[in-house]
Amino acid sequence: MMADSGSNEEVAVIGNTDISSTETESNIINTMVERGTALLRKMEINVAEAEKRTGKNTVNMQETYTVYLIETRPAETVPGGGAPAAPDTLWRRYSEFELLRTFLLVTYPYIIIPPLPEKRAEFQWHKLAADNLDPDFVERRRVGLENFLLRVASHPVLSNDKIYFLFLTEEKGWREAVLETGFQDKVDSRLKSLSAMFRVKNPDKRFTAMKQYSDELNTVISQLLRVRARVADRLYGVYKVHGNYGRVFSEWSAIEKEMGDGLQSAGHHMDTYAAQIDDILEEEEHYADQLKEYLFYTDAVRSVCKKHELIQYELEMAAQELVSKKQQREELATGTVRVFSLKGMTSKLFGTESQEQRESRLAALEQSIQEGEEMLKEKNTECKEFVQMAWEDIERFKEQKDKDLREALISYAIMQISTCKKGIQVWSNAKDCFNKM
Amino acid sequence: MSVGAPRALASSGQKPITEILHPLSAAEEPLSVTVGGDKQEVGLTNGTPVETSSPASTSSLFNRLQLDDDLEADVRDPYADSTEMRDLFVTVDDPKKHVSTMETYITYRVSTKTSRVEFDLPEYCVRRRYQDFDWLRIKLEDSQPTHLIPPLPEKFVMKGVVDRFSEEFVETRMKALDKFLKRVADHPVLSFNPHLNAFLTAKDLNKRQGLALLSKVGESVKHVAGGYKLRARPAEFCAMGEYLDTFNQKLGTIDRIAQRILKEQSEYLTELREYGGVYSSWVGSEDELRRPLEGVAGCVTTSCGGLEDLGDNMTLDFLPVLREYVLYLESIKNVLRKRDQSQAEYEGRLEAAILRKQEDRTPMPLEVEKCQDKVECFNADLKADWERWQSNKRHDFKQLLTGMADRNINSYEKSQAAWESLITLLQDKQTEDKTSETN
Repeated sequence: MMADSGSNEEVAVIGNTDISSTETESNIINTMVERGTALLRKMEINVAEAEKRTGKNTVNMQETYTVYLIETRPAETVPGGGAPAAPDTLWRRYSEFELLRTFLLVTYPYIIIPPLPEKRAEFQWHKLAADNLDPDFVERRRVGLENFLLRVASHPVLSNDKIYFLFLTEEKGWREAVLETGFQDKVDSRLKSLSAMFRVKNPDKRFTAMKQYSDELNTVISQLLRVRARVADRLYGVYKVHGNYGRVFSEWSAIEKEMGDGLQSAGHHMDTYAAQIDDILEEEEHYADQLKEYLFYTDAVRSVCKKHELIQYELEMAAQELVSKKQQREELATGTVRVFSLKGMTSKLFGTESQEQRESRLAALEQSIQEGEEMLKEKNTECKEFVQMAWEDIERFKEQKDKDLREALISYAIMQISTCKKGIQVWSNAKDCFNKM
Repeated sequence: MSVGAPRALASSGQKPITEILHPLSAAEEPLSVTVGGDKQEVGLTNGTPVETSSPASTSSLFNRLQLDDDLEADVRDPYADSTEMRDLFVTVDDPKKHVSTMETYITYRVSTKTSRVEFDLPEYCVRRRYQDFDWLRIKLEDSQPTHLIPPLPEKFVMKGVVDRFSEEFVETRMKALDKFLKRVADHPVLSFNPHLNAFLTAKDLNKRQGLALLSKVGESVKHVAGGYKLRARPAEFCAMGEYLDTFNQKLGTIDRIAQRILKEQSEYLTELREYGGVYSSWVGSEDELRRPLEGVAGCVTTSCGGLEDLGDNMTLDFLPVLREYVLYLESIKNVLRKRDQSQAEYEGRLEAAILRKQEDRTPMPLEVEKCQDKVECFNADLKADWERWQSNKRHDFKQLLTGMADRNINSYEKSQAAWESLITLLQDKQTEDKTSETN
């Protein structure tokens, strides 16, 4: 049982639907994802619904969770004006999305992987429930999950991933397919790269700058979200207190003769005013969600930079090791001891080694050096490729970020205008009533 | 005989103030009604000498002159085209601080323009301080106890809580004093009060000497014997009392709500300022997003400014008027009480007289008749003033509330304009970029 949205747009608009077309254009969250690229050229993707399920979890306890319906449909226009083909559908829960993302993180460490919507509601102003089962939260999460899928689908690299495709099309057996890739092994190494403390001798300035920028962005967006929540709280108070005028004007009108009607109707407008804030703040949550996406994006940027650092470090280490081995060879060959080695010292102290011993050691060292040079070459290539692919994705990300946040700010401005208009409307109505007093 | 403008009363011609008899206090003076220079001699149509020792009023005179229609018309719409009929204009402005060794205080300029003959000159300009206004009000209350005297702004301010010399405080007080004086000047009876005349004209308001002659006139009403208990208050005055009580309650509630809104708005403003600051600080990390971020920060700042103005206006214009009306209600209740006392005295004396009459057949003493007259005058004055007050109150609150609505609208309009210009700016930039890309 699925809802056929009937529209051909991968959009999710919540709340205020009586907005002009220009406003709609700026308001739509998921238009930030470029249409007609990569996978999206071939198929439409919707996260159409959310449903509550109960079942037994791994420790055999009853739990309630939410599943989301993913709809996919080929993107070709239907010839002859017939009804669009029914979409293929399957259900996924949040933890499966998380699994998919982890897979992508590990498989494409040079790509800034789009983030998932938050697991638990944070930066809430007090009126909103922080409950994961709250319908508003579930709805916003649905939008966020759709946004995630669309971002992946429109990514030049990620959209070609087989596991991603299976996620959209194979309900059963997907989990096994993921595990079969053996990505779990890489998970540990990734964690290592994220947490390790190492110093790179010649850091790539571009990556350093990007990491710094990402940290700054993280800080400023967190701050913004925190303060915004407080602002929302206060504004709620202002509007709601005005509702009290409604009641007192009504009571007052009872003792007045000519003034009564005007006061009474004005009171109703005050009630209307107080009620406006609920929709206003609900709509603002979309803006907060747009900011949150980029907040979470900064974590992804950070991991790419950190991964680069690790690769760079390993490259430097490999180079260093090779240098040290070559030095050892030189010493062995010429007999001079420049590099301290225990073997060297003991042979000095306890007598020189035989010619064969020296030659065998030299041979082993040559071998090691060969391997070291191979390793260095590999690491070099790895590093170069990583840098190239990562930087390409970073550039793509920067452009996307500028465009998306600019649109988010514009849509925020539009929301403010709408709030002002509503306020003017209701106060003008009240003023008319006062004039009739 | 009908008169065009039922405002002016007795005119004494060009006489020094100390010789002016209280309007209608004695029947010797020929009564004339003055309208902007026109003089019409009007005599009492009934032969009864006006012998009341209490100051008579517009309504009692007019009742006898059968001018009820005009009175009603006046009361119904006191602000409509009244400039034609008004012949006394007063203004309070130009506050100045005076520092002396003993004290520091503020004086205000009180300007008068008038064509009334009670005034020697057509224009006056004097300086008065709050104390002087207070004196005037007390004198008016004493000399016109049957009338509703407008309230003054609060006398005492808590030192430390309110700065008595801050611009806002002085401005608020001055507006209230101006309103007080205008209300008195517009009142058909109070405006002819000699104390008002002195207040408006005397170079040096010597309060101690005072107008002893005239104050005596008012004393008699004060000496209403205490011990009388009122039997039954007439229904209309009961209704007045109830109205005052309920209205007082509602005003109190509105005051509380307004204060609460101020508080919430102020806290909102604090957070909003910080919010704008975060956008400003973000600008530093960005390139392309610089302009939109700066723009948003700017709009937030503009909105903050609008909110500040809104808050100031509420504090300076809205709340003081509410509080003034609460004081007004108090003073009206006092007048009601005095009316009750007056009636009680009359009933008491009447009862006593009736008993005596039954015993020894003495005629109704003059005392009792005087009391009856007093009560009737009082009731009439109060009713007339009540209607007038209701009408003024309606006008005042209409103004107050539409003002509040206007200010809120202004605040939103300011904000909306800022956000709209930001969008225009950003969209222009967008088309600018697009065209440069395609070129």
